[in-house]
Amino acid sequence: MVYRGESSPENHDGTGVSVGELAASLPEGLTEQDMVDVYAKTVLARTMDERIWALNRQGKVPIAASSQGHEAAEIASLLAAQKDGRTFLFPYYRDLALKMTAGLTATQVMLSFMGKDGDPYSNGRQFPLQGADLPRNIIQISNVVGAGLTQATGYAFACKMQGDDTVVLCYFGDGASSQGETHEAMNFAGVHRLPIVYICENNHYAISVPQRRQMAVEDVASRAAGYGFPGIVVDGLDFLEVYATTREAIGHARTQGPVLLEMKCERLMPHTTDDDDRRYRPPEEIEEVRNRDPVARLGAYMVEQGFLTPDRIEEIKAEALREVDAATDAAEAASPPDVATLFDAVYPS
Amino acid sequence: MTERSVIEAVRDALREEMSRDPSVFVMGEDVGRRGGVFLATQGLIDDFGEGRVVDTPLAEASIVGMALGCAFRGMRPIPEVQFSDFIWPTINQLVGEAARACYGSNGALKVPMVVRVPYGGGIRGGLFHSQNVESLFFHTPGLKVIAPGTPYDAKGLLKSAIRDNSPVVFLEHKKTYRLVRGEVPDDPYVLPLGQADIKRAGSGITVATYGLMLHYCLEAAELVAGEGIDVEVVDLRSLCPLDKETVLESVRKTGKLVVVHEDNITGGVGAEIAALAADEAFEYLDAPITRVCGPDVPTMPFAQSLEDAYMPNTEKIAEALRKQAAY
Repeated sequence: MVYRGESSPENHDGTGVSVGELAASLPEGLTEQDMVDVYAKTVLARTMDERIWALNRQGKVPIAASSQGHEAAEIASLLAAQKDGRTFLFPYYRDLALKMTAGLTATQVMLSFMGKDGDPYSNGRQFPLQGADLPRNIIQISNVVGAGLTQATGYAFACKMQGDDTVVLCYFGDGASSQGETHEAMNFAGVHRLPIVYICENNHYAISVPQRRQMAVEDVASRAAGYGFPGIVVDGLDFLEVYATTREAIGHARTQGPVLLEMKCERLMPHTTDDDDRRYRPPEEIEEVRNRDPVARLGAYMVEQGFLTPDRIEEIKAEALREVDAATDAAEAASPPDVATLFDAVYPS
Repeated sequence: MTERSVIEAVRDALREEMSRDPSVFVMGEDVGRRGGVFLATQGLIDDFGEGRVVDTPLAEASIVGMALGCAFRGMRPIPEVQFSDFIWPTINQLVGEAARACYGSNGALKVPMVVRVPYGGGIRGGLFHSQNVESLFFHTPGLKVIAPGTPYDAKGLLKSAIRDNSPVVFLEHKKTYRLVRGEVPDDPYVLPLGQADIKRAGSGITVATYGLMLHYCLEAAELVAGEGIDVEVVDLRSLCPLDKETVLESVRKTGKLVVVHEDNITGGVGAEIAALAADEAFEYLDAPITRVCGPDVPTMPFAQSLEDAYMPNTEKIAEALRKQAAY
């Protein structure tokens, strides 16, 4: 579904666009080798996510927010950004798969989750993978949902002021769509036609509050019309659809202004390791969403297309497991941050 | 030297820094054609265009949130919060985000942003155009808080704040804008953040203050001088970083301390100054530390009688000085 955000009200009718299964042919710019590489990275991110959850239960990781069910939305949009090559990312707290795939090693990720020295985002000050990874063009300071949207919008405004052609990708969940700053950010971006793509990973829950208690509309994307730019609903479980739509959105943002992409995802795990979703999700719903696993779907597609054999898929999974094992060992053996660093960087040096 | 008012000094600082560095720009409600409601940005749009003098929608949280994003990109934004009373919608961005960005990224992120905040009362502003907001920011590591009281200090400190890589809350007392005039050098200059200034030397009692109250303290010191009370007035100017040494040095010399601010008394800057003197100059003190501050009511009321009752003034300060002298 595409919501056309134009200044003229007659254009506000939604125009139906088919939302299909994974396409038979690859989108332009994407090669078979890209798909093989990215499948391995996706499996690695999933394996890491599962391991982190297990380590939490062993008392070795204090907290984690899982991106299981969001991998296609995160990794395919990241791939689109990387293929474009002139983007800057403001992800949110559920974007483990994105942040890892952006170029961190499994060990760096594990150091972050265990709060060890060498955590690339904050060296153990913040929750895992929160802070900044500037070498990979990523900033995510906050756990206050919605706070990143005005920052990302300001960043895009600065890019425009500086006359460079960077496009900002700003990620948030359906929960953040209720925040006032989300409105303020998109309103400003619309006024100044800023080079920014807002990506709402809608998994239909703000912790325990279902979408029907968060908003009266079906699609967050429909709100884009109120800001004068397009809103597009994407199947966030469909790798190729996410990739192709994001690439198009980046191009649009660079030349014409903001786009709101709503990626319909599923949250396969509770909100965080501290949450128990059985308190508020019916068992049949939990069962049903697990059958909508985007990683399994991508694997099936890879075999169908002949990009990978079932044996090779199993090898990739085994390689991922070995890599995560090694990362776990390395992080467990690593030192905690030196307490002498407690006072570092209160102010910039 | 040229005589300037505080508001002219602020405007001069903005113009000089915008001329000097293309990454410096101002943003906020009515800062463009209108020149700001106090005219701090008057004329800047003619010199620098609407690309660097950015009128924003009326939405304070995003003014500061977007400025923060601009700072992450290496710009030097100067967002204006039109009145301090409207700063509360920005608190998450300022206290929750900007103050923590450097620490929370282990030093990777710098925040070269100055939030300009007209504040304070005594101008019949009532509950929502008179507030003193400094104590919250003073309490927040990661922020710098500057509160000048004279044109010379306002200009030199604002220029330094703009060149600083930390988020700065720059508090401009509204009543000083046109009331306070003073000599300002014609040649460019900057004043370092974190240095108090002794505005009146004396040996009997130390008064620590800032902002509009500086002038009432100087008047009170003059008033009691005829009574044989010799007062030293320390203008803090920079609340964070706080120049502890200058305050302590003065207290060690005089043995008596009065702290004066317009903000309400409980949990204010004065409490911290008093604790500092008690911690580090206890054996030099000859009298209990006194605070002359606003009372613990939610900002000064609109009615003249109630506003007068709220505001510390020359007479109230002089009375505290006499009591200290007599102790």
